[in-house]
Amino acid sequence: MSIFVNKDTKVIVQGMTGAQGTFHAGQMLAYGTNIVAGVTPGKGGAECLGVPVFDTVKQAAEATSANASILYVPPAFAAESILEAADAGIELIVCITEGIPVLDMVRVKQHLKNLPARLIGPNCPGLITPDECKLGIMPGYICRKGRVGVVSRSGTLTYEAVNQLTVANISQSTAVGIGGDPVKGTGFVEVLEAFEADPETLAVVMIGEIGGSGEEEAAEWIREHMRKPVAAFIGGRTAPPGRRMGHAGAIISGGKGTAEGKVKALREAGVTVADTPDRIGEALVEAVRKAGIYQEVLIP
Amino acid sequence: MKIHEYQAAALLKQYGVPVPSGIPAFSVEEAVRAAETLGDGPFVVKAQVHSGGRGKAGGVKFATTVEEVREKAGAILGMTLVTKQTGPEGRVVKRLLVNRAVDIRREYYLSLTVDGAAGRVMMIASGEGGTEIEQTAVDAPEKILTVPIDPTLGLMPYQSRDVAARLGLNPAETKQFIRLAAALYRLFIEKDCSLAEINPLAVDASGNLVAADAKINFDDSALFRHPDILELRDLNEEAPREVEASKYDLNYIQLDGNIGCMVNGAGLAMATMDIVQAFGGTPSNFLDVGGGATAEKVAGAFSILLTDPKVEGIFINIFGGIMKCDVIAAGVVEAARKLSVNVPLVVRLEGTNAEAGKRILSESGLAITPADDMADGARKICELTKEARR
Repeated sequence: MSIFVNKDTKVIVQGMTGAQGTFHAGQMLAYGTNIVAGVTPGKGGAECLGVPVFDTVKQAAEATSANASILYVPPAFAAESILEAADAGIELIVCITEGIPVLDMVRVKQHLKNLPARLIGPNCPGLITPDECKLGIMPGYICRKGRVGVVSRSGTLTYEAVNQLTVANISQSTAVGIGGDPVKGTGFVEVLEAFEADPETLAVVMIGEIGGSGEEEAAEWIREHMRKPVAAFIGGRTAPPGRRMGHAGAIISGGKGTAEGKVKALREAGVTVADTPDRIGEALVEAVRKAGIYQEVLIP
Repeated sequence: MKIHEYQAAALLKQYGVPVPSGIPAFSVEEAVRAAETLGDGPFVVKAQVHSGGRGKAGGVKFATTVEEVREKAGAILGMTLVTKQTGPEGRVVKRLLVNRAVDIRREYYLSLTVDGAAGRVMMIASGEGGTEIEQTAVDAPEKILTVPIDPTLGLMPYQSRDVAARLGLNPAETKQFIRLAAALYRLFIEKDCSLAEINPLAVDASGNLVAADAKINFDDSALFRHPDILELRDLNEEAPREVEASKYDLNYIQLDGNIGCMVNGAGLAMATMDIVQAFGGTPSNFLDVGGGATAEKVAGAFSILLTDPKVEGIFINIFGGIMKCDVIAAGVVEAARKLSVNVPLVVRLEGTNAEAGKRILSESGLAITPADDMADGARKICELTKEARR
């Protein structure tokens, strides 16, 4: 099992012939990800790393019956590329691109409401199910196949969390970086739902940060629905009060968004929260010990 | 990106939002000429800095005559304005806006911004305008109206009509409000704003709606398609180090501490600041070198830290994913060779090509303290910085 991706996931790489696309496609292939096609407009018919390249996602999907797509497309064109993948019937779309205009994402999010596609990102490291499928830019060698799900708003802090788990001899089912942009596809709650429903995942690590209200919403969902133990860390506790965007930001957030508020909400939901970022692994160990499942989440 | 009030007013005017007659001025003489051109007073002389709370700080003055404009302009121009948002060092006033004073009878609040959770542009309005709007949001949230806007439909007139009714506007004012809100939304979308705020939205003695003060911010990610907006950038309003950092496309924020931090990824950068504080240090900055940094970019980042006189120690914390540790190491060595490193330097490298990176550092002959993990690195830099002080 695992969530969202596994060894049967058939992947299209949009922007595969670009420098970033080729580099990371090579890394993903080396990890064992089943890349079936690349897409670069104007390069249809070519081959890249032994994979056929198509002009459009629709052509690629029809020829290969791919069900996932990952984008290495520059910010100015990324929103359109997400829509192209969604309209071609791709079920899982992962957008790595950083710096997509916010209003582009507002339009994308609206359009995706009418389609079955799940979007992860943008501005995210992607996701990985160890030993099965890496869809993104995470360093695969730090992961160990197993039982603990990881969900994070931050890229490199995701690696930090996974690495601490591995060092603590804790295995992972799937690690998902949902991305740090204000307007994004999949949020914490949807990933937590998937982990709760996945029989192979026994516990979850959640990495949040200051700003927005995603962590508070996650805390509420955990309190009401989650039976599996959760450990968490919130980054930015010592960050100075951010550059303020007039009054509107403060009005929208309505008091949410501070580290203290998020930590409090999570603790009240029964989550074990690490006080410092070096203690993420420890917090998970504490949570699974309390739940009496420590032995079951160890690396086999 | 932020712009000045007078620039925001010009944009609003261009889109058909009524604003007070006003003219920007860069000297006292220009301010006097501006008042003469505007004709009858009274006037308002307003400091133009990128900060709210200017009135409370003494940067906004009324003047009944042109002579008084001369006097007030002389007082405000060159003064150091300290507000909550500028920090204790304040901001020197270099530009003014001279407006004809609006005879304000009632004040409202109106803004557009993106609500991340909803994934939509949100119109926010309130009958309680003015500077206490945030307090109102906490004390009496029912007095704040929020209206989510469907991006495919845009702001519909019925939405504005409903807001106008709830604000208690009369039929003539409602008509103006619908036009004004539509114009503001068009500006917001066409120019990729992140905030368009009118506070106060005033009703004057003749019953006309006018944007008596305005603040417009833009989405930095969308500036590539708005060269006209980019021209409005005022580098005087940004910390020099931040301007320098933006040349290298670095995500840098100046803080008050003494430990320079260089990290890849915003989340890890914040976590690094947290752990430095946990060990008793205070970060001098937030610095995210980003995902695909080159040796040149890393060297630029390192030199920004090294040339900061407040920095007494540097902690480099890298977990390479896209970013390769050997590239980081090469950049650090290159910059350290060019500039003299006279503060303790602790480096933690993990992830892609970490071993190659560590080798480059140890073979460089530079005085670099390696760290095993982020806690080890934070502890070491805090200790070394303290020792160096003694």
